[in-house]
Amino acid sequence: MSARRPYVRSMDGWWRRNPFFIVYMIREGTAVALQSPWSLAFHLVLLVSFIYHTWSWFSIMPKTMPMILIGGRKLQPGVITGAGLAVSAVVCAALFLLVMKLAS
Amino acid sequence: MADNDKIIEIEVLRYRPEQDKEPFFQSYQVPFTDDMSVLEGLQYIKDQLDGTLSFRWSCRMAICGSCGAMINGIPKLGCKTFLREYYPRKLRVEPLAHFPIERDLVVGVEDFIGKLERIKPYIVPKEPRTLAQGEYLQTPAQLERFLQFSSCINCMLCYAACPQYGLDSNFIGPGVLALLHRYNADSRDGARAQRMELVNAEEGVWSCTAVGYCSEVCPKGVDPANAVNQNKTASAMDYFLRFVQPRGASR
Repeated sequence: MSARRPYVRSMDGWWRRNPFFIVYMIREGTAVALQSPWSLAFHLVLLVSFIYHTWSWFSIMPKTMPMILIGGRKLQPGVITGAGLAVSAVVCAALFLLVMKLAS
Repeated sequence: MADNDKIIEIEVLRYRPEQDKEPFFQSYQVPFTDDMSVLEGLQYIKDQLDGTLSFRWSCRMAICGSCGAMINGIPKLGCKTFLREYYPRKLRVEPLAHFPIERDLVVGVEDFIGKLERIKPYIVPKEPRTLAQGEYLQTPAQLERFLQFSSCINCMLCYAACPQYGLDSNFIGPGVLALLHRYNADSRDGARAQRMELVNAEEGVWSCTAVGYCSEVCPKGVDPANAVNQNKTASAMDYFLRFVQPRGASR
């Protein structure tokens, strides 16, 4: 008759026993926000308001900036707005690509 | 031992199935020198203080994979961990996590060994080959694709590190999947299709949630997390292309 009596230890609180696992649980926790449709909707609303905010900011910028003269002629409002929007688009795209690269 | 040796307290999780209802901690005062490993500390306990202490060990040079234990809660090889790193605090030694305790620091390894056997851990030639053809030739690039995964010493530290294995031991686990990948990635091998059945299963790569602690604790730099997660892509490709092309040749 075998004298073996293997003892199985509990997994209760396993992630609290090691800082590595605590960080892992935080990482996994950030996915919970994505699960909730309300959270997703909230983030979409924020994205739309950010885009409109950028558009309106550069639209009014020709009026809020002092006049700039280049070669004797006033810098046109369309150029100011267009340049601002173009730079915003490029920076957003670069950030997006960076995040995608880091996440891969 | 000289009188001016430092003394470190080593607390070991004991369990004698024939007399103990459950495991308990026992402390020992161990004189040590700076070159002593935790394994040598345990050997001192067994030789000089308490002959009933049971633990596995063999090569004492981090190649046999026998002496794995939880040292202050972290899976480590006893022969590769030094007492001087913990002094003057006390050292707590427990058997490898996620395995049933047989006695003291000895854990049951049947599950791991059974899984090793299931994955066909050998080169299966792609086609029959005669001696006259000579040896296989491989470029450095072909070698690079599998070499690090062949470093595994079957020490099971990665299983002690993996919470998914701890929560459900049906998971094939990091070490065995790394070995499986070692053969699939070897240009000489032709059994990828059979091994992919194990990879694609729920208890294959899909039980892994990329915690990554397995690679953190591996004493040989095998990086099992990489082996497992590379095969998630391979598994997905197999699934979506299963009607398109025959799968079976390794790359």
